[in-house]
Amino acid sequence: MSTIDAAVLARHGLKADEYDRIVSLLGREPNLTELGLFSVMWSEHCSYKSSRVHLRTLPTEGPRVLQGPGENAGAVDIGDGLAAVFKIESHNHPSFIEPYQGAATGVGGIIRDIFTMGARPIALLDALRFGPLDVARNRRILQGVVAGIGGYGNSIGIPTVGGEVMFDESYSGNPLVNVFCLGIAKRDALVKGIAGGIGNPIYYVGAKTGRDGIHGATMASAEFDEKSAEKRPAVQVGDPFMEKLLLEACLEVMATDACVGVQDMGAAGLTCATSETGSRGGVGVEIDVAKVPQRESGMTPYEIMLSESQERMLLIVKRGREAEVERIFEKWDLHAVNIGEVTSGERLRIKHNGVLVADVPNRALTDEAPVYHRPFTEPADRSALHQIARTSLKPAPAPTDALMSLLSSPTVASKRWIYQQYDHMVRTNTIAPAGAGAGVVRVKGTTRALAMSVDGNGRFVALDPRQGARLALAEASRNVACAGAMPIGATNCLNFGNPERPEIMWQFAEAVAGLGEACRALEIPITGGNVSLYNETDGKAILPTPVIGVVGLIEDATTALTRVFPGEGLDVVLFGANRGELGGSEYLKTVHGLIQGLPPALDLAGERALQELMVRLAAARAIGSAHDCAEGGLAVTLSECCFGAGVGADVDVPAAASDGGVDRLAATLFGESASRVLVSVAPERTADVLAQAKAAGVPAARIGRTGGAAIRIAVDGRVAIECSVQDAEARWSTSLADWLAGRAA
Amino acid sequence: MTRTSGASVFAVVVFPGSNCDHDAYHAVKHVLGQNARFVWHKETSLGDADVVILPGGFSHGDYLRTGAIARFSPIMTAVMDFAAAGRPVIGICNGFQVMLECGLLPGAMLRNRDLKFHCEFVHVRVEQTNTLFTGQCAPGQVLRLPIAHGEGNYYAPPDVVANLESTGRVVFRYVTASGERTDAANPNGAINNIAGICNEARNVVGLMPHPERACEVAVGSADGLVLFQSVIQALSQRGSLQAVAR
Repeated sequence: MSTIDAAVLARHGLKADEYDRIVSLLGREPNLTELGLFSVMWSEHCSYKSSRVHLRTLPTEGPRVLQGPGENAGAVDIGDGLAAVFKIESHNHPSFIEPYQGAATGVGGIIRDIFTMGARPIALLDALRFGPLDVARNRRILQGVVAGIGGYGNSIGIPTVGGEVMFDESYSGNPLVNVFCLGIAKRDALVKGIAGGIGNPIYYVGAKTGRDGIHGATMASAEFDEKSAEKRPAVQVGDPFMEKLLLEACLEVMATDACVGVQDMGAAGLTCATSETGSRGGVGVEIDVAKVPQRESGMTPYEIMLSESQERMLLIVKRGREAEVERIFEKWDLHAVNIGEVTSGERLRIKHNGVLVADVPNRALTDEAPVYHRPFTEPADRSALHQIARTSLKPAPAPTDALMSLLSSPTVASKRWIYQQYDHMVRTNTIAPAGAGAGVVRVKGTTRALAMSVDGNGRFVALDPRQGARLALAEASRNVACAGAMPIGATNCLNFGNPERPEIMWQFAEAVAGLGEACRALEIPITGGNVSLYNETDGKAILPTPVIGVVGLIEDATTALTRVFPGEGLDVVLFGANRGELGGSEYLKTVHGLIQGLPPALDLAGERALQELMVRLAAARAIGSAHDCAEGGLAVTLSECCFGAGVGADVDVPAAASDGGVDRLAATLFGESASRVLVSVAPERTADVLAQAKAAGVPAARIGRTGGAAIRIAVDGRVAIECSVQDAEARWSTSLADWLAGRAA
Repeated sequence: MTRTSGASVFAVVVFPGSNCDHDAYHAVKHVLGQNARFVWHKETSLGDADVVILPGGFSHGDYLRTGAIARFSPIMTAVMDFAAAGRPVIGICNGFQVMLECGLLPGAMLRNRDLKFHCEFVHVRVEQTNTLFTGQCAPGQVLRLPIAHGEGNYYAPPDVVANLESTGRVVFRYVTASGERTDAANPNGAINNIAGICNEARNVVGLMPHPERACEVAVGSADGLVLFQSVIQALSQRGSLQAVAR
């Protein structure tokens, strides 16, 4: 067809060889509508064409896994006949172009993925990355993203129970908005995105289709440049009220068993929903797009098929049950329109007022999408990166001053300004106070609770992608273990730059390999996730940022722990060894402005022993609080344990074995050695706790006692840090608001 | 539904966009062991309800004004009649906003003074114990309850506020943990730190904080229980109920 030339292909983000593949799969040239279908389904965002070969290496199975990757979300068995259904997804590109709507629709999209599986969503978490807050545009992006997350999540009534935020220059032109959602379903009633039963009707339900979001998936698969702002029309507008109705109506319909399958319309809209359900079911799908409820007049089949209008679902209904389904949607004042039916022949046939306008094999759009073994090469000389340049170090501040700088750095500071704008209590399941560690929600009707955490330190991954990814999984699962939960499943959101650049592809390949190693060692399966590539602006990539979400199970919800010291006179016990590692640390970045060195070492067997010990101690109520040592090291960790209840602590630790390439005192106080947890223990139980640690092979030492109004840390008997809890907490808790008001510098 | 004999029947009205309906149901049904049922907004009868709860949420998306559309729902005629008969109705958060829109209570809501949504625990002082929902409170008792709203900045013209104050219809006020009324303890800028009010007959109470979210220590506070216990107690003493209401 002569209308398809190089310019048309470029506009569709398709390469010449990909076009040749389309022609060979079809046995003819596609028309423009068909080309549109291929362009969105073969986009990086939908096809995972660059990442697929690597993702295949991740462990996805385990005794609790009910649903691994490939469906709308993963699911694990949590007992009592229930399943936890969860996934994390990115909405980075739209959030840069239009922060409020980009973030809001990110929340809406992941919620749909969860209830599509027949699960009621009960918790949200967000992993966010922004550029430095001394830049006005970064402040606006953060404020817009936070307002968008709150605007959607609060309205739909799903609590945002946790998350994390980090800052780095590389995210200035490319913020990351990764949203995690978890829902609860009956184990035996999980719903799949599958079409089946020749002759079964296909229903379109929810909002009308408009011209918004056309080619959103294609946009999310390209780099940014100064023209990106012109792409604003490709960002959709969210309507949380509509989604709330859709959520309730769909759950009501799913409870009737009148559906064969359900699929949400997210990226690539109707195209993805029809071709994926048909492809999974090994059947054909025939629809007439003229029947699709439309918000605008004169929409072409191309536009209807590619629209990414929000809050829409596709239902494959059992023949004879139509009236039942229609009645429920009518109750909720929603459109439910029969737009076609399941056919034999495994083809996607699109009609417009009865005229065939596209006819392609389903699998050509899905399974037959290109798979690339993209070349990757380790960047030549990384020794400069791995060596901390002593000559670049600034004069070391007094340790107490360094602690204050860290507590007020946006990455470490309290995120209260953010989470206060999120409803974190609706549904009355949230049993961990906001901002006090992992998100913990009880499972009503059982004695259990679920803990969840999202983590991923891009600095570590930039310095060593394999090690950084191992550390990301270890940290997320350690956070969950610190709440007293046994980690049972993980989901990943892999945010990287342009995969067509071999050094970026190397980062990706190494990170996935590292993630796989850590998952296997800790026996935590990956049940699904999302890849976001092309996170670059004007040729500069973000820090490679795999964000890992881990879900853990607490058998007795009343044993859940937070990080806050619950009272005075408790022993402070440190698990794990302080090796004085400052590579990639928050200290090095905040105090010296450097991202250098090697990330902390990680012994996965030791990590596993530590986490298992934490779960045992929590279940036995042997400890009163637990907090993972992460950004800012021991000093920040201890301070955070003092915040909340205002209970001080007095500790004395031995100097670290290494100076971390900087100086020994800083390495001891602010080093970020992995596999460390700070706990409080009633004195009469300390001997037993230490004995249990010894038996488990976990280094452990009593380092001090809680109490008083001061945070005091001595190293080898000499006081290094001393400040009042009140002053430190004031700095920590108001800093982010100050930054956002432009008051901090 | 099996009805627990001797227990009260709580009707939780569900508007499209209500999202604290399940929380209210859970509190009265599972924590307090009462009978509870959802009543869809398109229904026209409250059946055998003893108490009506207008729950929190974002009815109709709150796109026009909070609570503005919900007042047109078919069930609201029955709710108005129920209230006019002196029977207990509580509006929580969005339910309070609906009450202001339908005229069950006076005043209006402005956006929070910092223009941001606030979700946090606050302290409110019980100013009046002679309503159907505060009879079991001690005078001046301070409750720790969560708020979660973007438009909870209560406003009414000066004469209306003066009348509310002089007739003892300000039921809850934002205060510090120790019970002091300060500006810092006011999370949203509400006039006179007003967190909740009642009607003249004292059977209709509306408040922005969420007592239904504070019925179990496990979720951070059980201070909200007393509101529901109060109405259950009032209902169990039908005679005194009529005396209060009429």
